[in-house]
Amino acid sequence: MSDTGDAALDLDARLAEILQRIPYARFLGVRAELAGDEMTAVLPFSQHLIGNPTLPAIHGGVIGAFMEMTAVAQLSLSQGLVRQPRTIDVTVEYLRSGRPRTVFARAMIKRAGRRIANVHVEAWQETRAAPIAALHGHFLLGSRDEV
Amino acid sequence: MTRPVDMMRQLAPQVLMASPHAAAIGMEVVSIDPAEAVLKVGFRPDLVGDPDTGVIAGGVVTALLDHTCGQSVMSALDSYQPIATLDLRIDYMRPAGPGLAIFCHAHCYKVTRSVAFVRAQAYDLDREDPVATAQAAFMLNANSAMSPAETIARALGHASPASPSSAEAKA
Repeated sequence: MSDTGDAALDLDARLAEILQRIPYARFLGVRAELAGDEMTAVLPFSQHLIGNPTLPAIHGGVIGAFMEMTAVAQLSLSQGLVRQPRTIDVTVEYLRSGRPRTVFARAMIKRAGRRIANVHVEAWQETRAAPIAALHGHFLLGSRDEV
Repeated sequence: MTRPVDMMRQLAPQVLMASPHAAAIGMEVVSIDPAEAVLKVGFRPDLVGDPDTGVIAGGVVTALLDHTCGQSVMSALDSYQPIATLDLRIDYMRPAGPGLAIFCHAHCYKVTRSVAFVRAQAYDLDREDPVATAQAAFMLNANSAMSPAETIARALGHASPASPSSAEAKA
């Protein structure tokens, strides 16, 4: 197998390990898929994610938490961190109510300095062109040379 | 006519359990007052965010803040109406203590015709030393469906007629 194939495999394994190590990620049922080093987080629908059963709609807090986790996982994956980044602040914008089906999210690292990273995340269901929520956040990095 | 806050005080556990996610993470109502709500989430190993520290996940705090803010809005309203979070800004001051329950106090300090504004603090031991603070805005009459609180209130014969404006709410 080529070197690039091995590297992709490593990244896949690392991502699975990152998520597997977070009990709350397992509780929500968060998975992730990789295209190169770009990650799409996947939250399959489950009854325990519902916030408002009369609509029904996924709990806004779940969508916020899922996007925050997407940012943390993407940072852990691409920044070579020795410990989990800590959230400093997040702003969550709710654009549409979350329907009872799978939610996807992608994080874009807008800037990652030595200590602080700025990350934008978007979550969608049927189509990426119609996001259900967005998150902007700052995260404290525990980089290799700092811990 | 029963105000939502009166019904919420009487039926707080039922209202909370009507939200599957609130029930799933073990949210509990501590107190409900007009325009104010205090909720808590007890510590549970499956809610941990970082196994190295044993602290409850930031996401659980996010869900608790969102839910408590929503409850404070409901308890500030004169009539039942569906609400939806527009935005939620959270600042994380410090990690929660390992193994500790998280409390959240939310105050809906302003209600306009279409929007309600809320401030909230999440804390473990002392409200003056918060784990996180939040600022949120909610849309009122967010959709034509009934809120969980209203559904329960009706089922138990506590409900007042829907506010006239909810009939013309956007779909």
